[in-house]
Amino acid sequence: MNLLTPLKPVSPTLRLALGIAFFVLFVAAWAAATFGGLIRPLFLADPLKTLESGWTLFTEFGFAFDVAVTIWRVVGGFILAAAIAVPLGIAMGAFKAVEAFFEPFVSFSRYLPASAFIPLLILWAGVGEAQKLLVIFIGSVFQLILMVAVIVGGTRTDLVEAAYTLGAKGRRIISRVMLPAAAPQIAEALRLVLGWAWTYVIVAELIGASSGIGHMIMDSQRLLDTGQMIFGIVVIGIIGLISDVLFKAANERLFPWYFR
Amino acid sequence: MSKLLIEGVARTFPGLRGRPPTRALEPTHLAVADNDFITILGPSGCGKSTLLRIVAGLDTPTEGRVLLDGEPVTGPGPDRGMVFQSYTLFPWLTVRRNICFGLVEKGVPAQRQREIADYFIAKTGLKGFEDHYPKMLSGGMQQRTALARALANDPKILLLDEPFGALDNQTRALMQELLLGIWEGDRKTVLFVTHDIEEAIFLASRVVVMTARPGRIKSVITVDLPYPRVYTMKTSPEFAALKARLTEEIRAESIRADEELAARS
Ligand SMILES: Nc1ncnc2c1ncn2[C@@H]1O[C@H](COP(=O)(O)OP(=O)(O)O)[C@@H](O)[C@H]1O
Ligand SMILES: [Mg+2]
Repeated sequence: MNLLTPLKPVSPTLRLALGIAFFVLFVAAWAAATFGGLIRPLFLADPLKTLESGWTLFTEFGFAFDVAVTIWRVVGGFILAAAIAVPLGIAMGAFKAVEAFFEPFVSFSRYLPASAFIPLLILWAGVGEAQKLLVIFIGSVFQLILMVAVIVGGTRTDLVEAAYTLGAKGRRIISRVMLPAAAPQIAEALRLVLGWAWTYVIVAELIGASSGIGHMIMDSQRLLDTGQMIFGIVVIGIIGLISDVLFKAANERLFPWYFR
Repeated sequence: MSKLLIEGVARTFPGLRGRPPTRALEPTHLAVADNDFITILGPSGCGKSTLLRIVAGLDTPTEGRVLLDGEPVTGPGPDRGMVFQSYTLFPWLTVRRNICFGLVEKGVPAQRQREIADYFIAKTGLKGFEDHYPKMLSGGMQQRTALARALANDPKILLLDEPFGALDNQTRALMQELLLGIWEGDRKTVLFVTHDIEEAIFLASRVVVMTARPGRIKSVITVDLPYPRVYTMKTSPEFAALKARLTEEIRAESIRADEELAARS
């Protein structure tokens, strides 16, 4: 049995074991570096201290509320972006004139860094929720539009032709061929973009926020509490992983013909 | 009156980026009678698909026109059912819903859709696979479904572009008999493209032989084998004689195509 045969699949158990093994090794290296005195606690808290900080965060500082606020911002900004990007991307993918109209502007906008908009957005929308949602929106919407347009525009022409010979035409080609063919890939693009939304929300919360995981991390820096900072980062990672797994499971259930 | 008339249809593809244009099809004339089973035989690249796609309305000729029941063809439509060489089932639909695709477009009531689908599921040997997705089917089963999907629409003419080309020999022989059985029963008008000589003879009432590129009709050969046809006929002397004749015609074309390729390079 050779594990290093190219493209040879591994069993689900081994897959899980290998995945967990890396986390274990990672924490072990972290523990060795901190408990062994290689890195001073001022720069990097040890694993136990981090867990302790996490406990106090939840019990004394109401961290659960920050987590909830951050989740709501991510989901809100993401839904806002998806609500605009998916229909527009579909229209661009299906109609070449619509694509010609929007594509240059969207391609340009996609290179504008969302974080650079934060000062401007604070000016326009204040430091409230609207500004946080807008950062995520700006960060995700242009990328998502282009991804959806490419997916829809890449519909297999032989399927479209088959539909024509079966009597479908005009909008029916879109609703009966292009949309169902593109749906699973659009869902996968949304999953990817949700991941990015998590990075934008933290950036948005580092500046001008009074709640959220990012705000907590900023506060901890002032107190030089690396335990809290690391705990906040780990929490983001865990929530991201959970949401990704759930999203993936939902996609697989919705589109069994594509994923199985 | 002919069911289908192909009148001087020619197709030239414009050359890409300054390259010379490709003449895929020389002006072609063909009259297809109602209930005829025509096979179009020719070396690959001779314009068979191009001709069939023009009849389907998926491509437009640069010269000439196609008439179906006296009406000029201007675009694709459900009166011309098509089965493609590549697998073109809708992967998100089950076998049954693939077969019903055209019926939904026509607005056929659900109950009637079910009856029609059941009829063709039985006829093409798809019983027990109704709820499978295309991905779960073998190539042969996929092409059965594609055939049932085209037939369910009750087209005036059935167009098949090397539909069994990707199948193994045993499956292909089975599919040929299946198609002939359906044709003998329902008397559809069929235009069937192939580069397989045996297939062309076994299925056809007339074989249209095309020349190498640019394609042109070289000869039309009537196949007088009796019906119902069974695979044992493929070893009969009449079949062998036809095969020898067509092999010679095609061989000459393949050699000509090879020489042309060699001359160009
Ligand atoms: N869309 C196209 N653009 C340019 N050339 C094409 C196109 N489609 C077909 N051809 C050319 O026309 C010729 C005939 O093609 P085709 O009809 O597919 O042949 P066959 O089906 O007999 O193998 C080929 O030389 C092919 O390269
Ligand atoms: Mg072809």
